Amino acid sequence: MDKMPKWADVVLIPLISLILAAILSALVILGIGEDPVAAVKLMVEGALGSTYGWGYTLYYATNFMFTGLAVAVAFHARLFNIGGEGQAMLGGLGVAVISLYVPWPHWSVALIAASAAAMLFGAAWAAIPAYLQARRGSHIVITTIMFNFIAAALLNYMLVNVMRPEGSMDPATARFPAAVHLPTLNEILAPLGIPFSKAAPANVSLLVAIGACILVWALIWRTRLGYEIRAYGHSETGARYAGISPFRITMIAMLISGALAGLMAINNVMGEAERLVLNSTEGAGFIGIAVALMGRSHPFGVFLAAILFGFLYQGGAELALWTSIPRELIVVIQALVILFTGALDNMVRMPLERLFLARSRRRRDRGEGAPLPERKPTRPGE
Amino acid sequence: MDFHTLIQILDSTIRLATPLLLACLAGLYSERAGIFDIGLEGKMLAAAFFSAALAAMTGNVWLGLLAGIAASLALSALHGLASITFRGNQLISGVAINFLAAGLTVLVAQDWFRQGGRTPALSGNGRFAPIDLPLADTLRDVPGLGPVYAELISGHSVLVYAAFLAVPATWWLLYRTRFGLRLRAVGENPAAVDTAGVSVVGLRYGAVMICGVLCGIAGAYLATALQAGFVKDMTAGRGFIALAALIFAKWRPWQAMWATLLFGFLQAVALRYQNIDIAGITIPVQVMDALPYILTVVILAGFVGKAIPPRAGGEPYVKER
Repeated sequence: MDKMPKWADVVLIPLISLILAAILSALVILGIGEDPVAAVKLMVEGALGSTYGWGYTLYYATNFMFTGLAVAVAFHARLFNIGGEGQAMLGGLGVAVISLYVPWPHWSVALIAASAAAMLFGAAWAAIPAYLQARRGSHIVITTIMFNFIAAALLNYMLVNVMRPEGSMDPATARFPAAVHLPTLNEILAPLGIPFSKAAPANVSLLVAIGACILVWALIWRTRLGYEIRAYGHSETGARYAGISPFRITMIAMLISGALAGLMAINNVMGEAERLVLNSTEGAGFIGIAVALMGRSHPFGVFLAAILFGFLYQGGAELALWTSIPRELIVVIQALVILFTGALDNMVRMPLERLFLARSRRRRDRGEGAPLPERKPTRPGE
Repeated sequence: MDFHTLIQILDSTIRLATPLLLACLAGLYSERAGIFDIGLEGKMLAAAFFSAALAAMTGNVWLGLLAGIAASLALSALHGLASITFRGNQLISGVAINFLAAGLTVLVAQDWFRQGGRTPALSGNGRFAPIDLPLADTLRDVPGLGPVYAELISGHSVLVYAAFLAVPATWWLLYRTRFGLRLRAVGENPAAVDTAGVSVVGLRYGAVMICGVLCGIAGAYLATALQAGFVKDMTAGRGFIALAALIFAKWRPWQAMWATLLFGFLQAVALRYQNIDIAGITIPVQVMDALPYILTVVILAGFVGKAIPPRAGGEPYVKER
């Protein structure tokens, strides 16, 4: 055995990273003179202690599932899509256009049309950076960052100059008609006899998000396209030899990624606000990065990480309400999670790898006694 | 638009370009050494807060400047640790640093000052005062050049002059010294530098630290010279505009100055006019806001000459291979 067992890679490393992030967060809370234990209690109570709390936790989690999947799909093709925020904004624009200007008979038809529009708008916003990366080699990270700002300006223009109702000062669209109101978890669960908070914004989009997790899993691990995306992500030269077109994979992966980020709008725009406002995304596009990193780009991991971040968001809001800890604590925790699970991954991985290596060597020494190289052998030709 | 308005707009161009220029040069050092840095924004923000906080507490803006540089350096060290020592993903590290700064500044500001995530307003010695260059008042009435000298060139804070002096200094350091040659080499071909017996890790840490100092000055300028105190998210995307300017300038110091002046000019115009009429067509203010980003995408697309980043940028250096 010359590397770690799979369970260590999939479970142990994220767990250690998460614990490190949690310890540092606790130190931050201590540093500003608050009690971390009481803070955690308050967060758990506020986010998971009632169906109201759960409703918000799941609402946020829905957003993060979409944006997390968006980042994860791009990661599989070794593309870093920081543009989820802008793509989600554009998705909101698509949802608003569909909901406002078409008379829908029933929410279910409207949801299908709005989903299609959200995905189309999000994918279109990712298409230009994708094309520039694939054809002209422009770094996708920079172009997607730029497109976030352009999207913000575009949305600002549309809301202030075009879609704002006459006489309104608020840079927002009119309220969507009642026909496109999406059923909330309260309305879905009531016929089943399960009581659920009326005020919480979690809605049917949660089921769409879970469906998206399953579909993305099937796409990445059960289809030829998914195989090609992963192959391209592992080695561009290898994929090229296998006849996989880098242009095609870059475009498709980014279009799917943009569509998933755009799809978030059915939750926050159609499901919750029921109108399009400025800054409706509230940074969810960026949280997708943390979610994808923590979830190891696996849809199930993304699902769990999204719920964790949903909990942090709702818990953080409760903290801000009841203590003097500002909401920005969540931003710090988010940063620490990105730092430890993403950038400082090797800090946890390297010692752990050495540990497992030493253990397996000891076991082997007792048996055959064949020495193992310290590190992975260098591949020939490199 | 009369002459006086033009002077005023150009004057505010210089003010607004200064933080962009400092951050852009900061990014230039880092990226020329092969370390991508999208954490410029976060470092500026942290520096803005800590400079304003210390200036507010001590009443001495120079101590504030030092605190800002120290905060920025701490984040730089973190970036170096993640991307050089642990060979992590530099982009992800940058993203994390941006969020860390965005969250921590508000958290600490609330804890220290209890004013909703801002510092008290600075005044007197707590701010960098404008400097009147010699003879500015005497020459003011000279037609033509007088106002240009008195309004445009004179009357800025010391950090503005420092920023513009940093341009030739950077050019000299990069292209006329041994350190500069090595720094550029380590961004193009670190293996060659390593073979020559020069420490890749040392050079890259050096570049990242210079980047930290410059970002620190940029942030301190924002909070203690351009404005009087720190407010939440006060960098407002300037770190990313600086990044855009860096690409626009194709990673060269003089061009960085012109690029940041252009972007500063766009900001100054957008600040002064809400909507601009040119030949009957109204340009909405949002277009002015988005223009730096659109221009960068156009440049990146290679329509106006190709922007080729340092070749080893973003790749951690692994010695064994």
